Amino acid sequence: MSIVKQVNPVAAAELFIIQDHVHEPMHDRFLWGTMQRRNQQAAAIPEWEELRELASKIKEHTLTHLDLYLEEFERNATKRGAHIHWALDASEHNQIVYSILYDHGVKELIKSKSMLQEECQMTPFLEKRGIKVVESDLGERIQQLDGQPPSHIVFPAIHKTRQDVAKLFARTIGTDPNNDDPHFLTEVVRNNARPRFLAAGAGMTGGNFAIAETGTFMVCTNEGNADIGASVPPLHIASIGIEKMIPRVEDMGVFLRLLARSAEGAPLTQYSSHFSGPRKNGELHIVLVDNGRSRRLGMPDFWHSLKCIRCGACMNTCPVYRRSGGLSYGATYSGPIGVILDPTFDEFKYSELPFHSTLCGSCSEVCPVKIDISDQILKWRRVMAEKGYLPLVKKLSFSVAGHVFGHPEEYQTLQKAAGPAMDHAPHFLLYNNSLNPWTRDRELPRVAKQTFREWYLANRSEHGNVQN
Amino acid sequence: METSKTNREIIFNAIRASLPDMKVEHPGIPVFQRTAAHLQQLFEQHLNEAGGAAHDVASAAGVGTLVKALHPKAKVICSAVPEIAGTRHIGIVKDPHELADVDVGIVRARFGVAESGAIWLTQEDLVVDALGFLSQHLIVLLDPEHIVADMHEAYRRVRLNETAFGCFMMGPSATADVEATLVHGAQGARSLNVIFLPASER
Repeated sequence: MSIVKQVNPVAAAELFIIQDHVHEPMHDRFLWGTMQRRNQQAAAIPEWEELRELASKIKEHTLTHLDLYLEEFERNATKRGAHIHWALDASEHNQIVYSILYDHGVKELIKSKSMLQEECQMTPFLEKRGIKVVESDLGERIQQLDGQPPSHIVFPAIHKTRQDVAKLFARTIGTDPNNDDPHFLTEVVRNNARPRFLAAGAGMTGGNFAIAETGTFMVCTNEGNADIGASVPPLHIASIGIEKMIPRVEDMGVFLRLLARSAEGAPLTQYSSHFSGPRKNGELHIVLVDNGRSRRLGMPDFWHSLKCIRCGACMNTCPVYRRSGGLSYGATYSGPIGVILDPTFDEFKYSELPFHSTLCGSCSEVCPVKIDISDQILKWRRVMAEKGYLPLVKKLSFSVAGHVFGHPEEYQTLQKAAGPAMDHAPHFLLYNNSLNPWTRDRELPRVAKQTFREWYLANRSEHGNVQN
Repeated sequence: METSKTNREIIFNAIRASLPDMKVEHPGIPVFQRTAAHLQQLFEQHLNEAGGAAHDVASAAGVGTLVKALHPKAKVICSAVPEIAGTRHIGIVKDPHELADVDVGIVRARFGVAESGAIWLTQEDLVVDALGFLSQHLIVLLDPEHIVADMHEAYRRVRLNETAFGCFMMGPSATADVEATLVHGAQGARSLNVIFLPASER
């Protein structure tokens, strides 16, 4: 029996942070830049908040009637000529995909990015059975060549520098290790992928949305790679989570106005493609996957996480994600959304993730479908505590904090005492790198001369001298 | 391997057992008021921001001249529009693999979207879907009268029940996967030029 180990995001984040003075600040800067572009786009749309509310309500409506919309989607997609398959879990998804490929004698597959296929660990499963699988999205291809999972659901290789990519391509493709121009590196993968698109017996995609009304699913990319994979090989297989349903075509206007603006600060992705049945002379298979989603739907505190449209805005805004890197989560889904999704797959393995957060709430504020992410993180902490998964170090500090916060007079004494203590505490005690990787590049904020309580008593309360 | 009926039933039973007690109504999509002015100008501005470009021509004859000017070295020009012949008519293409050598693909879009600079292309417009994605460069004809304000209007105009494939294409292929640096021509078209030309001028 294999023993499942808890992922340790703090240790992994530390490795990311201390490797050099380049990767972590770059990662932080890129994602924050993306966030600022998202904010500009949101501010330019007067009805932005109304769109978020609409998207949230449409998703809640769909999920509370999910059986009906899945039946409608199945009926209409079948009518259009698509083959529908139902997979209970990851291994069944992989088996179904393999048997379709086997039946068609497919030896080589070209695929676009699909977090669901990542979730199912599909590629290693197929490769073990002799099928060559090539990722066609640039970021995914970089990660595949490096033997790493994607570190971000929209920008899979955002944690790598151009030098990292140049060295990787030199090692795996044989290009010049000193040419790290992103234009050159992109061209390398374009030229490397073209013959694979033409040789592939099947193309695989995911699906961003599935429209029940018409049996259509849609795929968003910037590269057009999903479209080449869907339009060149004779066989197209799409993996779609059952939570991706959308009732009607007109609902899509709301979601597409939100998705790319939230994800990357652009009005749309370059390609927003709609597949309604197989293309001319083609064959289309759709694998609808549960893999824990129906169970999640039954969790009163957590079913709202099924509204997620995988834009990654919560990751880009998250102060913890930006500094620790996506791989530190040790899971398919990273960042705030990962913190609330991953434990639904394995509570013990991912029991540390809910503590990898400052609970600042920024994720909930930017989520285009208004998932209460930070509230759910807090609720997951409670679940972990109840299950006894709380790590010892946190048990200790929580019990101290619990006692202090439960006794206000002690808190006030401590707060006053802390000021002078901070001034005299040996620097090495506060900045002990092995104890606290977060402080490595940070100075503690100055302790205020006056506490808020002192200020309030002096200025605003009936006990003090109220001005005017 | 056929998926057995039972798997489907197990999933539906699990969903029905899990459905939240509280049912949420569909909110309905309100009509957002838009001014119909400057749609072409907005379209052009957003197309530029997406890495594309727009051009005016006096007549269908001008399309050929413009294509030559934009792509002087093109050897294989595959056309799906009656306004220009190109070197290969899409009508003779039987298999998408035959499009691997296309330098320039020429298609006509159904309509454009002002808020993004995207154009809507269907399988019927592309004739062979891969023309839109294997071509090294794309030329898209668009009637300037056929521009809608936003995606709400766009989705009222697409007819997903009438086509197996439809795509909102916003400029050329792009990526920012290496150090968040924008590069055009990742896998699809390296460039996308829209030519304003009413369809009636055939």
